[in-house]
Amino acid sequence: MGADIIFWMVVALTVGSAFLVVLSQNLIYSAIALLFSFMGVAGLYIFMMADFIAATQIVIYVGGILVLIIFGIMLTQRIRDVRISHTSMQRGIGGVVVTLIFLGLFRMITGSPWHFEAIPEVEGTVSGIGKLLMVEYLLPFEVTSVLLLAALMGAAMLSRRGD
Amino acid sequence: MDQLNTYLIIGAILFSLGLFGIITRRNAIAVLMGVELILNASNINFIAFSRFGGMNLSGHVFSLFVIIMAAAETAVALAIVINLYNNLGSVNVDDAASLKQ
Repeated sequence: MGADIIFWMVVALTVGSAFLVVLSQNLIYSAIALLFSFMGVAGLYIFMMADFIAATQIVIYVGGILVLIIFGIMLTQRIRDVRISHTSMQRGIGGVVVTLIFLGLFRMITGSPWHFEAIPEVEGTVSGIGKLLMVEYLLPFEVTSVLLLAALMGAAMLSRRGD
Repeated sequence: MDQLNTYLIIGAILFSLGLFGIITRRNAIAVLMGVELILNASNINFIAFSRFGGMNLSGHVFSLFVIIMAAAETAVALAIVINLYNNLGSVNVDDAASLKQ
């Protein structure tokens, strides 16, 4: 019962912060709400026994991507005017379209006969993930390193000032 | 079964919100935040199917790849946004309609 309450609190944190991300008028508030949304998603991973992914989520999303996004905000706005506002356009039409898409997804999710097979609870997933990465998914793993190198060089080259 | 549906619906909500952010926001960085929400939604689905759908640890590996790709994507996208700001003086995606100045 207690776990249930905590679960719904984490869900409320995730979804509520996500609402704030897309509705807030202040860009910094959006970024901070995104932080809490990422934290909530990490909590959901923990509820799904994905400890390593939860840790990765915190380290990469919260520690890396969000810091990059805040850097981006600071480099592209005049930070001195305290209120960094950003407007939205065509909220009405967008809201209708997105609601329709969500209702379609909802019907699809609740109406489909999913293959349900809960795996037994495991003690830590790190060794299993490591074996999979090194045996079955070795090629994607290596390609990922090339992707990261390309992204590193591309970002450095693109953001250089002048030629 | 209910648990799987709960997680899938949370994923669908996050996906819809991310899509809403992408189509309504004007600031390029806010659009990027919407993309991040969508990637998180896909990750929730991967983990949910690996926990309740018999996909086992493969789902974890896939979501790991998604996280790595999101990091690379954010770095490149922010480099592009900063370039946009240097060239146009704003990060409004409507101003970036022309490819050539």
